Amino acid sequence: MAADEAPRSTVDPELVERVAAALGDDVVEAAENYADYVVRVKPEAWKRAAEVAETELECDFLSFVSGLDWKPTPREGDDKAPSAPVQPQEMTPGVTGGTGRFQVFGHVQSTRRGWGVTFKADVEEDHPAVESWIGIYPGADWHEREAWEMYGIEFSGHPGLRHLYLPTEFEGHPLRKDFPLLARAVKPWPGLVDVEDMPPEPEDGSAEDGESEGSGAEEGGES
Amino acid sequence: MSTTGPRAPLPEVEVDPAAMRHLAEAQMNLELDTGDMILNIGPQHPATHGTLRLVARLDGERVISADPVIGYMHRGYEKLTEFRSYPQVTTLINRIDWLSSFANEVPFVSAAEQLMDIEAPPRAQYIRTILTELSRIATFILFLGEMGLQVGALTPAFYGFRDREYVLNLIEGATGGRFHPNFNRIGGLKDDLPWGWVAETRTVMAKILESCDDFEDLVAGNEIFQTRAKGIGIIPPDVGSAYGVSGSNLRASGVDWDLRRDGPPYLVYPELDFKVWTHGDGDSFARYWVRLQETRESALMVLQMLDRIPEGPVMTKVPRIIKVPEGEIWVETENPLGQMGYYVVSKGALGPFRTKIRSASFSNVSILPWLLRGTYVPDLVTILASLYFILGDIDR
Repeated sequence: MAADEAPRSTVDPELVERVAAALGDDVVEAAENYADYVVRVKPEAWKRAAEVAETELECDFLSFVSGLDWKPTPREGDDKAPSAPVQPQEMTPGVTGGTGRFQVFGHVQSTRRGWGVTFKADVEEDHPAVESWIGIYPGADWHEREAWEMYGIEFSGHPGLRHLYLPTEFEGHPLRKDFPLLARAVKPWPGLVDVEDMPPEPEDGSAEDGESEGSGAEEGGES
Repeated sequence: MSTTGPRAPLPEVEVDPAAMRHLAEAQMNLELDTGDMILNIGPQHPATHGTLRLVARLDGERVISADPVIGYMHRGYEKLTEFRSYPQVTTLINRIDWLSSFANEVPFVSAAEQLMDIEAPPRAQYIRTILTELSRIATFILFLGEMGLQVGALTPAFYGFRDREYVLNLIEGATGGRFHPNFNRIGGLKDDLPWGWVAETRTVMAKILESCDDFEDLVAGNEIFQTRAKGIGIIPPDVGSAYGVSGSNLRASGVDWDLRRDGPPYLVYPELDFKVWTHGDGDSFARYWVRLQETRESALMVLQMLDRIPEGPVMTKVPRIIKVPEGEIWVETENPLGQMGYYVVSKGALGPFRTKIRSASFSNVSILPWLLRGTYVPDLVTILASLYFILGDIDR
């Protein structure tokens, strides 16, 4: 986390005050992150956070609800053939920290005040579950179904957690980090050439070479 | 045999009155027992612009419930971004909303730039804004024609496709790609504008403004169209925002909220003078009307920017290999279809650790079960058309 660099923040101080006043002890950690205000609440306060957002913070607009998996991407094969662009090998939490592997996060906004809040909450690894937001924001329906099928996070109080994108028979949770992307398991990442030491900066400072290397490695793709 | 003359009388048949009675009773029972009918619309239906399936339960002509079934085009972009480097991701996210691909690239590239603490040069910012507005015009002008088509007017569709072609030619002239420009680079743009492009764009914008007037007369002013669209599919503002409906759909419900003006400042929108159009009715006609005004407004914005576009480089100095420092960021922009946002988590690697893609159509369509309840089947098509979604933007 690049906390020492102090990202440029444009968060309305009134929003910060209101969050502190309304949620109080339920806030584990809060941080201003660029134009966004990230608030990590206790898991049991996940639903209350939405209630507070809808009333006290005037956030009438639901942007999204989704999940996060902080486990590092497992490498297929040896170090010579990583399955993904090199990522850290130990688990590190993001902005506002975290205790475990999974987090649920959602973003709500105010159309009147123009501000937005991202809420995060830790969920257990063995049985990830939080309360549903559907009673407060009906639009959470599809978002929670998506988070359920992609991460296996249960939303208690949701009337019908069924598959949204994937076929009904599908097993597994594709966005979890341990779910392999088969295309990369059978063939190493084609952008592997980039995982070299940095070449010296060119004299004329032309930046386009580095760019074309990156995009040139893209192969196939759908039409 | 003449078809205009009087018809020959039907031969009389002797009918047993008792049998008639039973028949009448049977008819009566049929009338009383109007069982629900399941109407399966799609996955292939012209009103869905792709593969959206809608399972509607009907009672006669009335929709009791409608359940959209999505995912026929799910490509798993959120997973794929974790296996690509930052410059490669723009190729993917081009394909989310394929009618306004350029606008999709902007928030992601902006997220990477903010994390890297670099900024594109002013000229690049201007060109980005111009191309974003051009893709908005291309998306909307097609809608303006196509919505007419969906409610039974064939002519506007030809105008819509013709005008979109003008704009697509401009986008192709500048970027090399009609639909998938992949023109944004982290730190700027791939190229500068070609010679003569600015003059050509002025001509095209004049044409667009003219055809906006045409659409206003031809479609919005058309009595039949108004009858088909007014009062149909009303979204109240509070319901719309709680479902996450955004963009023109929400502004047509009277919510005065446009991220170009109200969101965190991005591109050169703070320097521009433009009006955010709203309509109080929230019905299908309001959605058409708002998009019509926004098309005109976008053309005026492009003309403004063409006058002001500064000279200079289009690419800032970036490292040869793009590594984005550790951090996370939420970047949202006002895309033609609504709020488009990326929550990018970086772990200091060549590619993103996690990208949450918030696409506009996904939330816009999630209101359908609520919106379609109690409507009639012919209105269903009007509502689907007026919400204006792109399947790639739903399924990602």
